[in-house]
Order: sequence, then C-alpha cells, then structure tokens
Amino acid sequence: MTGISEQFGREDWSRHTPKEKARRFGIFAVCALAVFWALGSIEIIWAWVWDSPSQMADLFGRMYPPDTSNLGSILRVLWETVNIATFATALAVIVSLPVAYIAAQNTTPNRGTLWLGRLILVSSRSVNTIIWALLFVAIFGPGIVAGVVAIMFRSIGFIGKLLGEAIEEIDTRPVEALEATGASRFKVIAYAIVPQVMPTFWAVAILRWDINLRESTVLGLVGAGGIGIILQGAIDTFNWPEAATVLLAILALVVLGEIVSAFLRRRIL
Amino acid sequence: MSQHPDTWRKPPFIANALLRWAVYLGALAYFGWVAATMPIDWARVAQGIERAGRIFGGAFPPSFERGGLLIDGFLESLKIAILATVGGVALSIPIAFMAARNVAPLPVFYAGRAIIIIARSFHPVIVAIIFVKAVGFGPFAGVLTLVVYSIGFVAKMLAERIEEIDFGQVEAMRAAGAPYLSTLVYAIFPQIMPRQIGLTIYQLDSNLRASAVVGIVGAGGIGATLANAFGRYDYDFALAITIVIVAVILVSEAISGQIRKRIA
Amino acid sequence: MLKITDLVKSYGGGAPVLKNLDLTIEGESVVSIIGSSGAGKSTLLRCINRLVEPTSGSIVLNGTELTSLKGRQLRAARRKIGMVFQGFNLVDRLTVMENVQSGRLGYISTWAAIMRRYPKEDIRRAYELMERVGIAQYANTRADQLSGGERQRVGVVRALMQEPEILLADEPTASLDPKTSEQIMGLLRDLAGELKLPVLINIHNVTEARKYTDRIVGMRFGRIIFDDLPDALDEEAMERIYSGSPHADRGGDLREAS
Repeated sequence: MTGISEQFGREDWSRHTPKEKARRFGIFAVCALAVFWALGSIEIIWAWVWDSPSQMADLFGRMYPPDTSNLGSILRVLWETVNIATFATALAVIVSLPVAYIAAQNTTPNRGTLWLGRLILVSSRSVNTIIWALLFVAIFGPGIVAGVVAIMFRSIGFIGKLLGEAIEEIDTRPVEALEATGASRFKVIAYAIVPQVMPTFWAVAILRWDINLRESTVLGLVGAGGIGIILQGAIDTFNWPEAATVLLAILALVVLGEIVSAFLRRRIL
Repeated sequence: MSQHPDTWRKPPFIANALLRWAVYLGALAYFGWVAATMPIDWARVAQGIERAGRIFGGAFPPSFERGGLLIDGFLESLKIAILATVGGVALSIPIAFMAARNVAPLPVFYAGRAIIIIARSFHPVIVAIIFVKAVGFGPFAGVLTLVVYSIGFVAKMLAERIEEIDFGQVEAMRAAGAPYLSTLVYAIFPQIMPRQIGLTIYQLDSNLRASAVVGIVGAGGIGATLANAFGRYDYDFALAITIVIVAVILVSEAISGQIRKRIA
Repeated sequence: MLKITDLVKSYGGGAPVLKNLDLTIEGESVVSIIGSSGAGKSTLLRCINRLVEPTSGSIVLNGTELTSLKGRQLRAARRKIGMVFQGFNLVDRLTVMENVQSGRLGYISTWAAIMRRYPKEDIRRAYELMERVGIAQYANTRADQLSGGERQRVGVVRALMQEPEILLADEPTASLDPKTSEQIMGLLRDLAGELKLPVLINIHNVTEARKYTDRIVGMRFGRIIFDDLPDALDEEAMERIYSGSPHADRGGDLREAS
C-alpha cells in the first residue's frame, strides 16, 4: 500500500479501498433493484394513487366536525378496552415467568425444557394478536373474553423472550458468590437472579401494557371486544363524524397510556 | 452485645404506609372486579371448543395446493414492505430532525413530535381501514398504512438518537467554519448512520410482519389471501398460509438480526 | 486445617493449570498467594470451594474430603468456607443487610429467605460485624450506592456471616485504590486474629502481602515454588516467581519495602 501512495503521491485520498467501493456499490445496487422490482410489478391502479390526496382530503372533510352525541357509550367501551389490556397484561406476566425461566439457557433445567420454552415463545410471538383473536372468537364467542385471551397469548411470547434474555445477560458474579456460601439453587435464584432481572421485568411489563393498549383498540374489528367494535360500526355505516370522535378518543387513550407508563417507569426504575 | 438490634425490616418500596396499602388494595380490588365481571359463558365455551375442533379438523392437513396464490400473496406483501420501508424511512429522516430537541427550534419540534405521536398512536389495522376507505382496496392502501407505521417507529427512534449525539463534533465543524450542510454530513450523519441502517432493516422486517395483518382488512398482500381463505372456510389453506407466514417471519427475523449484528 | 494434596486442574484437554500441587494451612495464619497472572492462583482458590471442579487430587478441610462431595453435602461444606471476591460480587440491587444475610442462605429456610424474615441472632450478628468493619449505618442502603472499599467490607461481612472455618480472598484489593486496599488488608488480618480464622489471600501486590500476612506462597505455572515467611522473600525469590512476566518490575516495590 505504501508503495502505491509513494508512486502516485499523497494528493489522492479515497475513504474506501476499491474492494470496499465495489461492495458498497453492490449493496446499493441490490437495494435499488429491489425497489424498482417492487414498484414495477406491484398491482396498483395508478389513477387511484394520483387521486388519493383529494380522496383523503374528502374523507377528513366528512369527519369534521366530530359527532360527540355518542360520547357516553364511547367512553364506557374505552374503559372496557383499558380493562382488556390491563387484565391481559397481568395474566401474561404471570404466565410468562415460568416460560422465561425455562427458555433462558442458564436457568433452564435441561435441554428438553429449553426447547419447550423456546417453542412456546416462538409460536406465541409469530402469530399476530388479530389472528389469535380470530381463533379465540371462534372458541369463546364474540366479546372481551376472546380479546383478553388473544392479547395474553401474544404477550406471553414478548414478555417471556425479553425476560429470558435478561436472565441470560445477568452478572454471574453474585451468582457465583452465593453458590460459594452454600445456598441452594432456589435461594440463589431468589437472591442473585431475581433482583437483577426485576428492573427489566417491570420495564417489559409496562412496555407491553402500553403496546397492549394499542392492540386492544383493534380487537373489536374481529369481534373480540373493545372500542374497535364502535369504530367498525361507524365506518361501515359511513358515520364519519362519529368515527372521528372514536379516533380522537383512541388518540387520547394512547397518549394518556404513554404518560401513565412513563410515570410508572420513572417511579419504579 | 445487647446494644445491637435484633430485628430488621426491608425498607418498603412505598414509604407511606397508607399509600402503600391503598395501592395494594386498589390493585387487588381492580383485578378482582375485572375478573368477576368477565362474561365467560361456559356453555358457549364448550360449544366453542367443539367448533375449534371442527376448525382444526378442517385445517389438517394444511393444503399447499394453491401454492401459486400463496406465493403471489407473499410477493405482494414483500413489495408492500419494501416500498413502505423506503417511503417511511425517507419521510422519517426529516421528521426525526424536526422532532429532535437539540437541533430543531421549538415550534418545529412540537410539530415533529405531534406527527410521531399520531403515527404511533393508531394501530396499523385502524390506519389501514381508513386508507382502504379513502383509496380503495389493494396494496396501495397497504403501502400508505405501513409508511405511517414506519414513521411512528423510525422517526421516534432516530429522533432519540439525534438527541443523544455528541455535540462536540458539531462544534468542531462549526469552529472550522463549515457551512450548515457540511456540518450535517460530517458531524451528524456519521453519528446516526449505523442506527439508521439498523432501524431500516428492522423496519423492513417489521413491515413484512405487519403487512400480513393489514391485509385482513383489505390492504393487500398475504393477509388478504388469508382473510379470503378464512371467509371461504378453507381452513386447510388458511393453516398453510399461517404456517408459511410464521416461517417467513422467523427467517426474516433471523436475517435482519444477523445483518444488524454485523453492522453494529 | 486445610490440606491440599496432589491437586491437578486442567481445562478441557489443555495443559494443566495446577500441576500436582500440595499445600497445607494450619491454625489461624494469614497466608498470601502471589504469582503472575495465569499462574493458577485463582483456580487454586476456586478449587477449594469447588466453584472450579478439580481434575484430580485431594482437598481436606478439618477432616472433610471436599473433592468428592455432591449436592446437599457440597453446600453444607461451602457454608464453612467464606469467600471474598475481587469484584465484590454483591447483588447490587439489594440492600446491604440483604447482601450480608445472603451469607446465611445455607442455614435458613427458603420461606425465611424469600420473606426476608431473618433469625434474630443472625440480625444481631450482622449488626455486630457491620459495626466492626464500619458499615452499620448502611444497613438499609442499596449495595450499588456504596464506594468500592465499603462494598468490599460488605463482601467480607457476608463471608463472615457464614461462620466459616476458613476464609478465601481472591484478589480482594485489586479493584480498590491503594489507601482503601491497605485498609481492607489490615481488616482481614485483624479479623483473622479476632475470629481465630485461617485466611488465604490471592494478591498481586507484594508489598501488601509482606506487610499483612504471616506466610507467603509463590506460584508459577501451576506449581508452588516458594513457601516461607515474608522476610524470606528476597530478590532472588521474586525473580523466580515473576521472571519474564510483566510483574517482574515488582522488584521495585520490594526494594522500597525493605
């Protein structure tokens, strides 16, 4: 390399070697090709695309002014939505504790339980809440029970995975120290592992509650309770002013949820 | 040795005893009440389990006969995800700069935050329903939905990263007399670039996932295929689609995780 | 009395870290083990309480063969061996009292452990020991709020709560500043005398080893090549223990000290 720089003088400088340049160009080309392929072959009626801004404006125009005549029942169902999210989060937290324990490499009793734990996490995480809700509406019938169970099933994977990772990442030195005192496995867990994952536990539970608040707003679309039912009804009957009220209510709920979870996070952590 | 106390209590988390008990009892009462008012109709559940048995019975074995339809659905989901990621990330960058307290003036900052809050607050399914009503069924509604969804996440994370940057580097550039754009390119971009690339890849993965769901309400992609199969009681095809969705999600998650690990 | 005979430890299939090592510690002496990094000091200490599994050989503490113990018996034996760590190894998010009481975990019931209902005599003993080392005022403070020296005092009290028959200290002062590390070494020496407790200390700092311990064991490449009173550790012995290693310059410390 120095030979070359001596040969050509020191006035040329390039950030990347030719090989790096080629690689960067290659990655860039692949990305560009992917975008052009997607743009070129997607089945979009372009007339609709050019028309869309005016359509959107029209839609929002019809939403104004929001119709608050139904506000009482909207708020009541909104409260139901909160209950679905909170109760399902609490159940999921309880169920995910043992799952996280067996899904973490350093605490799981044996290989079999490790894979069982991972299977539970993957199947819970890969299926979306809405799809879980479709299934549980079929079992429990329409209503909030299906919603609670659907959200719980989805949350177990989320909480269990993050908690399991937290268990795998703990500082092992206190564990070693407590083992050296002759404490039993269970007491080592209670004194050296639990205190270390506690912050993650609360953080994850609060985060998931925040997410679940959002998720529970759409459960109603498949009949699993919550505010989504009213929204669906308003949209289906082209009652846009009421739909606007519902949307604003959801916005308020989610923002409020974020404020509450930020407050809890500050208090607890 | 009697001068040493022989009792000890762990200091409680909430120091005020009254407040502590109020919180405990309140939580207990709340969860008890929600559980008690949960309208579980056991006769309905018994029926439902029977019905679930029928659904699962009809779903096994999963049918991959209409593989062509399945692949078409997936390619459409992939296209939606790619376009939405490109659009979403492109829009996220200016919005993130607007929403970063340390680079944006106050009114702009509030506007940026408001956009992010609105984009984040609505579940993609709700956004999808609105776009489907506005621009019609099909992948275009899906792309728009996921653009909004991407902005909610990417712009938020990026804004947080921008707020964390080391301002010394910016000062150094300014001290050297660099104009605004050069400062941006030399002092700010290098600091946010790794995060930006990681976020983009994560969001592509995330959009692919979400596109499976927004399709259920008519925004195109594999979700639409799934909803159709459900609607026609083709449970065996629906199961096949679900299996493939799960497999694709796992693979894409693994790939995006690998790439992000290598970049970081 | 701790009697180690013919101890061998090799990791995987590699060359042994400890090579047919013999060591006997009698009475209430404070013994330091010196040697360069990788000499096997830490492995030796961890073999004694079986945090590291010895490959072969025998370790007998007051008549109990430690190398063959399993499960409950191993835990019972570990209760009798206190250990102080280089990184303190405290549970950061627990209070000092909980950390101290965790030394008693081998003795108390699971229920008492989880509910933090410690026996009265344990609490009294904890306060006595904490007062002895000067941290009694921190009983309700979280361990991560303390300074390094205070944290190591918590570590020492935790080990003493076990009512150990021997105390092991693995580089107890390596994470501390010079002044604090002298205090901790002095504390270990004094406690050994007060509690009639043999103490085995791994240490990098030869000056401290000479000043605070009764006997110095020098290790090199998994063998003991020096074992004598501190005064017998001369230039030539230092050379043998540390030659060819970055610690050879410890000779400077020696000249200063003598």
